[in-house]
Amino acid sequence: MAPRLRAVNGSAPAAAGTTSDGIRPGGLATSEISRGAAASVRGLTRRFGDRAVLDGLDLDIAPGEFIALIGRSGSGKSTLLRALAGLDREVTGELSAPGPVSVAFQEPRLVPWKKVLANVALGLRTADPEGAARTALAEVGLTERASAWPGTLSGGEAQRASLARALVREPRLLLLDEPFSALDALTRITMHRLVLSLWSRHQPAVLLVTHDVDEALALADRVLVLGEGLIAHSSPITLPRPRVRGHPDLVALRLQLLTELGVPAGDAD
Amino acid sequence: MFSTSRLASAEGTDPPGAVPAADPGTAPGAIVAGVRDPSGPSARRARQARRFAGHGWYRLISPLAVVGLWQLASSTGLLPASKLASPATIAHTAYNLVVTSSPTYGTLQASLLASFERWAIGFALGVAIGVLLAIVSGLSRVGEVVADPILQALRSVPLLGLIPLFIVWFGIGQLPKVLFVLLSALFPMYLNTFAGIRGVDSRLGELGIVLGLRKREIIRHIVLPGALPSALTGLQLSVVASLLALVVGEQINATSGLGFMITQAQQFLNNSVIMVSLIVYAIGGLLLDGAVRLLQRRALAWRRDFGQ
Repeated sequence: MAPRLRAVNGSAPAAAGTTSDGIRPGGLATSEISRGAAASVRGLTRRFGDRAVLDGLDLDIAPGEFIALIGRSGSGKSTLLRALAGLDREVTGELSAPGPVSVAFQEPRLVPWKKVLANVALGLRTADPEGAARTALAEVGLTERASAWPGTLSGGEAQRASLARALVREPRLLLLDEPFSALDALTRITMHRLVLSLWSRHQPAVLLVTHDVDEALALADRVLVLGEGLIAHSSPITLPRPRVRGHPDLVALRLQLLTELGVPAGDAD
Repeated sequence: MFSTSRLASAEGTDPPGAVPAADPGTAPGAIVAGVRDPSGPSARRARQARRFAGHGWYRLISPLAVVGLWQLASSTGLLPASKLASPATIAHTAYNLVVTSSPTYGTLQASLLASFERWAIGFALGVAIGVLLAIVSGLSRVGEVVADPILQALRSVPLLGLIPLFIVWFGIGQLPKVLFVLLSALFPMYLNTFAGIRGVDSRLGELGIVLGLRKREIIRHIVLPGALPSALTGLQLSVVASLLALVVGEQINATSGLGFMITQAQQFLNNSVIMVSLIVYAIGGLLLDGAVRLLQRRALAWRRDFGQ
């Protein structure tokens, strides 16, 4: 797949210069687009009417890095993800995601009139798309549902099929748009483990958009909080996985993140 | 009784889907729940219910009872033969029309063939043009701006009102009749296919972009299959509308066909021949509707409500 380096809406190469106005609150120093990154964004802005949902946002995602992006609803999490996926043509600024980029959406978005295997193989341009799709389905434990219609899958199965479809493209950047939010708690735990094992095997950089602080803490190398159209806060997590939920570091970080999200201490849970 | 057995056999040989509303009649909830888990006991029950309803011989009881009462009313003189022939008479007339060629009416099968030919040509062209126009205006803004306003305007013209104009323009031969059928099949097909194309979930279009599909592939794998359910509903409506157009159009100065039979019979005050023609129309309608339902079940197997 061709690398994607876009200067959107005529905001030309000059954009990199115009945004170098030092360090943004809680964000990263703006500089040239980082060439080695799985994704790199400079001065990304997206307006809906008068409101700038993204307002000059900078972000670098290192190869193989697992990032969780949290924020209140309407904070622009999904807008950023859609921009990285190349689905938003109205954004301005600089954006580079030297593909392949894959997306798993909140709703699994399986094509209803294609069986599971055909869904996974859809658009695959390798020599043996079906074989690759079968391998991917085996990886997510869905081999026996390969010839099922998507409408007959359970929510968890559908999300696994969607993950297989994203992974079979061997992405350098995997975008996950709240893919577990509609699943029940038990299925979600299974899916977390599956995502971690797939991630460690394939090593894509991951950007997980979620509204679930605990999910972010369980999975990510770095938790970003989106606020005021910028990365308002960034917390690295170095604890090894699998992480115990009650770990003192996580409890402290959780409180801090909730405060960042505007949930006052004591009100949490 | 001769008449009832004939009707019964006509009904009995219909494909299961030909009985209207046989499928929607079975509790849709049961089917939906059943297909989710095709191996579960609820699925088996739903399938059984479905099969039972599909081959529902018991659905013939009430129509046969009506025919029986009708025969009784005719035999007792309650229903005068000059107003409505008895089922036995109608069956006898049908039999005679099939085995002998009368100088007034010809044979029933020849009339049927003439009508079917008229309908088939008009219907096939109407559906093809309708689909083609829908694809053009569904997929391109230019196509929509050019074609859609014309079709929307024409659609609001009552087709029956066009008959006098058609006679002026095209005479009284085959052409105006075929055109009449064509137009009546075209509009439902166009409107539903167009709506189907435009109604395809835009999120699936996004998915196509994310998966790196080319525009042609998005149309082939996502847009057209997505429009199919709506297009098949259009096809169903086209069958109904085109048959209606056939029945009306055929009675204008026809020299062959079922409509010709009806106009002849009207002059000779022979209501049993009229009834035979109407019954043949009805059976044809049922068979065609059944064929479309069968097509829907095959093509839309992925939808839970059309499941296995």
